[in-house]
Amino acid sequence: MNQAGPGVVIVGAGHAGGTAAALLRQYGYAGKVTLIGDEPIAPYQRPPLSKAWLKGEADADSLMLKPESFYAGAGIDLILDAEVTAIRRSERTVSLKDGRTLAYDMLILATGARARALAIAGSDLAGVLSLRSAADAENLKAALAGGKRLAVIGGGYIGLEAAASARALGCEVVVIEREPHILARVAKEPLASFLAGYHRARGVAFEVGAIVEAFEGAAGHVTGVRLAGGRVIGCDVVLVGIGLVRNDSLAQDCGLECVNGIVVDEHARTADPHVLAIGDVTHRPMPLYDRMFWLESVANALEQAKQAASLIAGRPAPAHEVTWNWSDQYDLKLQFAGLPFDADEVLVRGDPAQARFAVFHLRGDRIQAVEAVNAAAEFMAGRQLIGQRRPIVRARLADSAVSMKEVAA
Amino acid sequence: MAKITYVEHTGERHVIDVKSGLSVMEGAVKNNVPGIDADCGGACACATCHVYVDEAWRDKTGTPSAMEESMLDFAENVEPNSRLSCQIKVTDALEGLVVTMPESQH
Repeated sequence: MNQAGPGVVIVGAGHAGGTAAALLRQYGYAGKVTLIGDEPIAPYQRPPLSKAWLKGEADADSLMLKPESFYAGAGIDLILDAEVTAIRRSERTVSLKDGRTLAYDMLILATGARARALAIAGSDLAGVLSLRSAADAENLKAALAGGKRLAVIGGGYIGLEAAASARALGCEVVVIEREPHILARVAKEPLASFLAGYHRARGVAFEVGAIVEAFEGAAGHVTGVRLAGGRVIGCDVVLVGIGLVRNDSLAQDCGLECVNGIVVDEHARTADPHVLAIGDVTHRPMPLYDRMFWLESVANALEQAKQAASLIAGRPAPAHEVTWNWSDQYDLKLQFAGLPFDADEVLVRGDPAQARFAVFHLRGDRIQAVEAVNAAAEFMAGRQLIGQRRPIVRARLADSAVSMKEVAA
Repeated sequence: MAKITYVEHTGERHVIDVKSGLSVMEGAVKNNVPGIDADCGGACACATCHVYVDEAWRDKTGTPSAMEESMLDFAENVEPNSRLSCQIKVTDALEGLVVTMPESQH
């Protein structure tokens, strides 16, 4: 790579973009690196926003991926609060809202996603919030101060984490979920029932199979959520946690293939040899599961950042990783590895009544995915077994008296 | 506050003043000390903040929780003095602590 050339331009300074920039330097890439983000903050971690940060147990400093001084010190040109408006692939330039044009040898798109909005009456009332950015988290924390009544729309992980954090802040919480049970998109029984029960025991109310029709308000502020059928659930704050929408319009506009996200291969490549894409914005192959999918996790951001940085810096491609994730709710440490595709059996190890157990999703005698609750050994061993596609002996996996080391031996 | 020495696998030493209340991991990340990845940001969910605690400091740094031990059980190149640095809270009592990073966290 020509040290004097335009180098690498990274659009998006979130977890994936920030990590890609740092890895380029770590891998010895000596060319120009420009990192452009539309938030006014240097790259930071989002996971704490619904957990420790919302509860007031972490400060803004602890969110940063690297101290701000890192970027200048590493020769990374960090451009914050800046929006890229267009990509011209034939000229290899990107245009910024402020009128600047930047050239690139290699472009990494890391534009992430935005919270999906509910397009219903009252969605613009004050107090109807979403949670994606640090600014959103500030607004939510301020809104919840003083033990307000929180209605969470969406029983996914963001909603459940926010519910747990809000309870810790002394708020009343109701979770309103469209499907018959929570976590319908990402988890299955028995984890969904276990979590619903755990939340209920800690004062969270659930409305499942509930369609939200409108938000009601007074003096411009939300006062309630009206369900189909007419019932109104009173509240002071609403958190809409119904998933995300990938920011792939820049890619679409410049003719890159998108399927609800920028299509990439297992090296983060698009069809354009000068354009890579990483993180939440991508539609990517899952080699272990023989399909394309969309991952929304820190682990994915890190893996794809490694793929992109390795490619550009001329390092061997990194090994495929087993997708993993985690969620902290109350005193529960949830850890997930793999995805339950093509599973034909569910095997529970441990004791849900003790809140220490793991749900293994098996395909024949191979583990496709594991959902661990306060069961780190099951998570770590499960992750290795999933990646190695190693068969297990069901009776041993189901028997807590047999250690996971022995199961994995 | 505690002066902590982070020793890279190569032997290169970084001496950092770390505020009390931060974890040993955060002391490294905030000061650009290489060798600690901390993929999960300190949530005890990834085992990539693995360090070896100098023998003299094993008592003062305390014993790991069951969760940390389970994570370490499956990490790479684990020794009896292995710890997940995100689980070691810095206090004045750790003044002079020395930890060594493994060659790789993955």
